[in-house]
Amino acid sequence: MKKKKEIVEELLAQTGENGSGQALESQLGESDTFKDKMKRMASSNKLAVFSGILILLFILLAALAPVLTPYTSEEMDLLARLSPPSAKHLLGTDELGRDVLTRLLYGARVSLAVGIVPTVASMLIGVFLGMISGYVGGIVDSVIMRLADVVLSFPSLLLAMVIMYTLGDGISSIFIALAITNWAGVARVVRSETLSLRETEYVEAARSMGVKDFTIILRHVLPNCIPSLIVLFTLDVPSAILSESSLSFLGIGVQLPNSSWGLMVNLGRTYLYNAPWLSLAPSAAIMLVVLAFNFLGDGLRDVLDPHLKDS
Amino acid sequence: MIKSIGKRVVQTLIVLFCVSLMIFILLRIVPGDAVTTMMGEHANAETIARLTAEMNLDKPIYVQFITYIKDICTGDFGTSYTLNKPVTELLAVAFPNTVKLALLAALIAWVIGIICGIVAAVKKDGILDRLFMGFSLLGVSVPVFMVAMVLQYFIAYKMHWVDISGVKKWTGFILPAVALGWNSAGSIARLTRSTLVEVLQEDYIDTAKAKGLGRGAVILFHGLRNAMLPVITMMALQISSLLSGAVITETIFSINGIGRLAVDAITSRDIPLLQGTVLFTTVIVIVGNLIADCLYTVLDPRIRKGA
Amino acid sequence: MEELLLEMNHLKSCFFTRKGVVPAVDDVSIQVPKGKIVGIVGESGCGKSMTAKSIMDLLKYPGRVVEGEILLDGKDLTKLSARERRKVRGEEVSMIFQEPMTSLNPVVKVGKQVREAIMIHQKITKSEARERVLEVFRQVGISEPEKRYECYPHELSGGLRQRVMIAMAMVCRPKLMIADEPTTALDVTIEAQILKLIKELCDTTGMSCLLISHNLGVIAQMCDYVYVMYAGKVVEQGDVYTLFDHPEHPYTRGLLASIIRLENLPERLSTIPGVVPNLMHLPEGCAFCRRCAAAMERCQKERPGLYEVGEGHHVRCFLTEEREAAHE
Repeated sequence: MKKKKEIVEELLAQTGENGSGQALESQLGESDTFKDKMKRMASSNKLAVFSGILILLFILLAALAPVLTPYTSEEMDLLARLSPPSAKHLLGTDELGRDVLTRLLYGARVSLAVGIVPTVASMLIGVFLGMISGYVGGIVDSVIMRLADVVLSFPSLLLAMVIMYTLGDGISSIFIALAITNWAGVARVVRSETLSLRETEYVEAARSMGVKDFTIILRHVLPNCIPSLIVLFTLDVPSAILSESSLSFLGIGVQLPNSSWGLMVNLGRTYLYNAPWLSLAPSAAIMLVVLAFNFLGDGLRDVLDPHLKDS
Repeated sequence: MIKSIGKRVVQTLIVLFCVSLMIFILLRIVPGDAVTTMMGEHANAETIARLTAEMNLDKPIYVQFITYIKDICTGDFGTSYTLNKPVTELLAVAFPNTVKLALLAALIAWVIGIICGIVAAVKKDGILDRLFMGFSLLGVSVPVFMVAMVLQYFIAYKMHWVDISGVKKWTGFILPAVALGWNSAGSIARLTRSTLVEVLQEDYIDTAKAKGLGRGAVILFHGLRNAMLPVITMMALQISSLLSGAVITETIFSINGIGRLAVDAITSRDIPLLQGTVLFTTVIVIVGNLIADCLYTVLDPRIRKGA
Repeated sequence: MEELLLEMNHLKSCFFTRKGVVPAVDDVSIQVPKGKIVGIVGESGCGKSMTAKSIMDLLKYPGRVVEGEILLDGKDLTKLSARERRKVRGEEVSMIFQEPMTSLNPVVKVGKQVREAIMIHQKITKSEARERVLEVFRQVGISEPEKRYECYPHELSGGLRQRVMIAMAMVCRPKLMIADEPTTALDVTIEAQILKLIKELCDTTGMSCLLISHNLGVIAQMCDYVYVMYAGKVVEQGDVYTLFDHPEHPYTRGLLASIIRLENLPERLSTIPGVVPNLMHLPEGCAFCRRCAAAMERCQKERPGLYEVGEGHHVRCFLTEEREAAHE
């Protein structure tokens, strides 16, 4: 039996009314293209824009580190060990008299790379498995989702620690460890989006016309997931940065002679009481980058995908 | 209801099995001989042989796995060779400390987080909302070790309000708990705000107001009850992040907890100890999630009788 | 003249959005006599629901009542404090909503939700309140009231849920019940039952009802007086017979013509061309003139006032005004 509401909708459509019956809202509503959304964010959320600029600035600083500082990262000034911030050394020096700011800039390279590379990898894995899981369903779905459950059951830091133990130290091990620990969350989001998209009429229509499943996923499902993926990416990068710094802080991440912010904090902690800048400066750098990514991610979520909850 | 909970329990058991399988594999595919890796290059042949036999590493892999599972089920996690004590005993000593730390942290984080979230949602777009949400994003973004060190430096070292380290009295747990709860408070506040804002838009809120119910009562009885459902899920998920954070907090504040055991196990390459700590914490997380699921089922009548 | 229960004079409610001020309800005057059912009809977005929410003080931020008065038994609701206003809600004026699916709190038993409505306003014990709820449940035709009392909303059908909503609205014996599209979300057969129930309740208890609907059929069956709204304004008002037999405003005529009648099925469905204009950028003249077949030059420049054509029959249209002027 036809619901009253449907009949009404039809009638309204005939009388030239917009079907949703939300005339007032459509009058206030905004247009929908990606560009417009970005513009809307730019005008309404200055903090997000500022954060985006800050992130670019950090990347630029990391890339141009050799040009920007008069010191090299290993250059020691044994007469000025553990000296507090001054005009000569803006963020002071460490126990071997190396310039902290210079080391911070060089360390940024590793920290940013660790933020971005494993996140890209985990997104690829997550999108692939999530789509298969959501689209194919059945036993494949169960297996993939149980696998995700297993990964999500571990406290992430402990799983990363175990993987680091297995793979041995080194930056590439960190990449792998973080990619393995982070894909499951992405897969869950993509799966639920795929599930709801699979039920939509245009996917049904495409399927009924005999379009191949693979084409449907590529043409219809993937593009619809992209807004959520952009948001997830901006929110996963900072968590990867935090994980790396935690691992390095515990001494099981980046190892000397390489350097990252987390490792600097770890090494500087010995001198917390007489030279707090050694550990607090890199901590503050981590916080700033993570904060900037979170603000940007939040802003993007508000305009791109208001339904994606805090997670 | 019992059926859905039963199904959940079975699922949990499967996950538990897979988790132990995964740990088993991860700790045994170390490149090179596990015992040599454990002991370093210079261990003498006799010790290596003894340890290999003790850990059943000379037997076929499936036999190893069966003994491993059997041992776990009986609560025997093997013997830590660095500390020369049964892992179970070590866990029993460390566990209460971690529980105290995590519970205190959760209490601080959830109370503060939920209150801030409610205020922010009610005063949406107001000054308090912006202030709390800015603060909560800061909370989410600050690394645990930074909070810990800043607290240690200013509160303990500069102002001498509490002992720098050591947890002889329960007051010693306050700083570590604040450091640990900081992140969780931020995310709980954000989630409480966003779900409450959404719930307050619902039609039944209008109904409640139309009955003549006061603003406070509408928010508390009708708004919060619905908004808390996702927050409870988040709380369960936070058991996991709290335990991750405990690893760092315990290291910084020298608390003899499970997290610190795990770090010690890794640095001294003590496989039985590492296996025990990781397995034990993961079980806590899984059981915590199971409890949250059951709680959710009780609180939401739609799930209770539905699918 | 009948005794008036609700008298709304020149009410104006606006939404203050970032893009500008939207006058959702503009200079609306409505009178509800005691014991009668008064209807408001119009397309969605014409301000009917906003009028109802203005009476209940349920406008969502950034909307609020800007001007005008709402007299209930001579007492101006707009001048009351928030606390006094709350006492009026539920006790003297109650409201039922369009969507029975979402208007009940999903995690609270329906009996408790109805009981809450009494306990707010009357000092009675829980068990007394429960008895009263069961009594009202019987009155609104809920079978097995004791069993339904313990149900959660999702366990009830749409029709039952709407009965629960009506019970909630009735439980304090209010003077006025506002029903905002109470049957739009329901099956046609259930719709008839619910409408019959509302009518019976008004007849037996002497309660007045303000019925909001986009469905002229419903209005014709139920109401004593009708207000036709368009773009936030009343364009025609009168008692139900006059309005349906002698519609004056081109919009009312258009609405009536678009009802499908079985006896004379037209070859094409009659429709009103175009859509409701954007309230933020209303045309200079009559809001309806772009969709009006009879629009004159004057209609584009001036805004027509309400013009009385018969007793209690008012029309906001220059056509009527000029014709009547010519008669005299």
